[in-house]
Amino acid sequence: MDDKALTTPVVRMRQIVKSFGPVEVLKSVDMDIVAAEVHALAGENGAGKSTLMKVLQGVHPITSGTIEVNGETVDIRNTADAERAGIGMVFQEFSLIPSMTVAQNIFLNREIRGAGGLIDDRAAERSAKRLFDELGVRIDPSARMEDLGTAYWQLVEIAKALAKNARVLVMDEPTASLAKHEVENLFELIRTLKSRGIAIVYISHRMDEIRRIADRITVLRDGRVVLASPITDVTAAEIIEAIIGRRLASDLVYQDRGLDPAAPVLLEAKDIASSNVLESVSLTIRAGEIVGLAGLMGSGRTEFARVVAGMDRPTKGTLSIDGKPVHFTAPLAAQRAGVALIPEDRRDQGLVLEHSVSDNLTLPVLDRVKSGALLSPRKLRDLTEHLVSRFAVKVADPYAPVNRLSGGNQQKVVVAKWVNTDPRILLMDEPTAGVDIGTKTEILDIVRDFASQGNGVLFISSELPELLAVADRIIVMREGRSYRELVRADVESEEQLQLIIQGEAA
Amino acid sequence: MSSPATATRPSRISRVLMKLDWRSNIIYIAFVVVFVLFAIFLAGDGFLSPNNMLNIVRQTATISIMAVAMTFVIAAAEIDLSVGSVAGLASVVTAMTTAQFGLVPGILAGLLSGAVIGAVNGGLVALLKIPSFLVTLGMLGLAAGLAQWITASAPQPISDRLYVLIFGGGDFGPVPGLLVWTVVAVVVGWIVMNRTGFGRKVLATGGNPTAAAYTGINTARIKFTVLLISAMAAALAGMLYAGRLESGRFQWGQGDELTVIAAVILGGTSLFGGRGAIIGTLFGSLFMGLVNNGLILAGLDVAQQQVVRGAIIIAAVALSRKR
Repeated sequence: MDDKALTTPVVRMRQIVKSFGPVEVLKSVDMDIVAAEVHALAGENGAGKSTLMKVLQGVHPITSGTIEVNGETVDIRNTADAERAGIGMVFQEFSLIPSMTVAQNIFLNREIRGAGGLIDDRAAERSAKRLFDELGVRIDPSARMEDLGTAYWQLVEIAKALAKNARVLVMDEPTASLAKHEVENLFELIRTLKSRGIAIVYISHRMDEIRRIADRITVLRDGRVVLASPITDVTAAEIIEAIIGRRLASDLVYQDRGLDPAAPVLLEAKDIASSNVLESVSLTIRAGEIVGLAGLMGSGRTEFARVVAGMDRPTKGTLSIDGKPVHFTAPLAAQRAGVALIPEDRRDQGLVLEHSVSDNLTLPVLDRVKSGALLSPRKLRDLTEHLVSRFAVKVADPYAPVNRLSGGNQQKVVVAKWVNTDPRILLMDEPTAGVDIGTKTEILDIVRDFASQGNGVLFISSELPELLAVADRIIVMREGRSYRELVRADVESEEQLQLIIQGEAA
Repeated sequence: MSSPATATRPSRISRVLMKLDWRSNIIYIAFVVVFVLFAIFLAGDGFLSPNNMLNIVRQTATISIMAVAMTFVIAAAEIDLSVGSVAGLASVVTAMTTAQFGLVPGILAGLLSGAVIGAVNGGLVALLKIPSFLVTLGMLGLAAGLAQWITASAPQPISDRLYVLIFGGGDFGPVPGLLVWTVVAVVVGWIVMNRTGFGRKVLATGGNPTAAAYTGINTARIKFTVLLISAMAAALAGMLYAGRLESGRFQWGQGDELTVIAAVILGGTSLFGGRGAIIGTLFGSLFMGLVNNGLILAGLDVAQQQVVRGAIIIAAVALSRKR
């Protein structure tokens, strides 16, 4: 470890300052990226991680400071400069062309030429195949991207960067949309890359992953480095403290809200099956209860939520609300019955990104802000202000487009939008994915408050600590079935729950 | 696991049918179906005669050439509504210049008119970031008005025999010159789209502009170039109109933009960009010509033709939707 620390880093960033207009986003940041190491970069949303990496990638030129690559000062002003310097990026929002094949994407704008200077796709496919073989992954280079799953997109991104001889690979939340076994494959690949001397900057919110895969960590807060250390020298608690800058209270700890075991059943699902994944799901949610839905990617959690929200129809089984069977033919019918779904992908399904925070918040409740037949600007403004303050959305201007907010605040807007429709049953699908810890605890508090008013919540999450912190009961799903039901008090540890999800414990 | 899923697994045939990419192949099916129907019901009206077949090719040549260029525009997720008007303008510019200064200046002036309009369209879209829909909608009116204005609404006859021979009137033995123009446009278009870096950049720009930009593609230049190509192709089409009909008129090409766009979309090019099917476009164009021809032979009047044509386009586009 010490030997490595003494060698010249591949990338040495010194006193990096980046301002957007009057706002200083990076305030004199230092960071060394060493070959054959995984360097975790952590911090809350808005701490400057993405900006720092965009500076390195040439998306934003630096305001002041120096970047050295292999000991030489370089001026990175655009993505081509960064590419020449050997810096590759695996984007969080993927940078591939869906309508093109894997090989066409890998060699995009650097196409392999054959006879007469014409593009030779077959040669590109052979090269891509060789690259995949070296990395030990199996992807058909002639498949179209749009026919492949998310995990493959990421692998293609990595291959694309490597094909350009990247020596430094920046991965932004690479596991955010991966299932457990896909994460293991990615880690295996990262180890392969390390052994080939490639340096990896690993941006993540997930502490367990950072501790498993990283050699070194840098934590940013408010545009400054607050922690830089080999990973073995710091504890998880120290990292979290550095990230949020204050002691975690009991936020990620289960709070007993004094449930009434005889409270009326709000939602009952009996033996629900659907045409895609679901085979048999049964569960109940009582008034005031938060029911967690655990399981691997593909176990049918999202599909079940879609059935309850009226987006898909069950092929079998019954769904009852307040003891009365319901047959939703459309999402609107479910909404009228008091069911609201906060979907998994906020950018695609939860928000109109170009519209203002105010427009997004008030969209489902436009009837309430009318005077006569017309929308009332005054009522719109009052409602917006009320929601922004009630849910503590950090927004400079509620009439600016919602895509200017950080990911965490966007998610708060989604939650606020639906809680404000006064549903009685709230379905939340991975509501804290890609959200920083501070915002996460705030969202969990909103969920607890909402349930305590006599409502029911179905909380789908792959992050066990938060599931254990918020759920009163946990249903584990596997292969389209509700497989185990656990009362929160009976779950001893995260490891125990993980084992049940993985199907290893009886 | 003897799950019921195995029992409901789709049969082999339906799996093959599901795998078949309807969206990109519907045009060939539609083409064959309509062709066979016309061959059966219009056999007595001379539908299948070689002369009629060649007529269809002659009449669709201008549409085909504009549609090949439009495929690049639409694949880049842009649109060009001005092609019909540009064709009309180029037809009168080339006719007037030929009459005044001779053949070569006439040809150059026709192409130049397309280049100027294409550069204006492309510049406004690429540099000022105005949506191409609006820019070319404006240009549609501007070019049409200009063509009518400079000719004082009068037809501009072309007496240069060589011009007429090159641009549309001539035959190479049994092969009409317009067929040659079409084949050249399609072959060049196919190679550029599928086998050159430019074609790849067009598809990337339309498929995901952000990703294309990150990959180092100058998407503004691509947008400029496709609109330039489209207007130049439209100018060429106008010159072919002038050659075939031995005069330039501001009405030539009027309304062609819709036929051209319909041909491209029918051919399997995505209106949302990222996909460009040149061969499909050719068949889309031939299909439009086929329908026109058949409806005329069937004795429908102009109003009825419009109704049937509109219905066919809607049906074909509806069938070509994914899922």
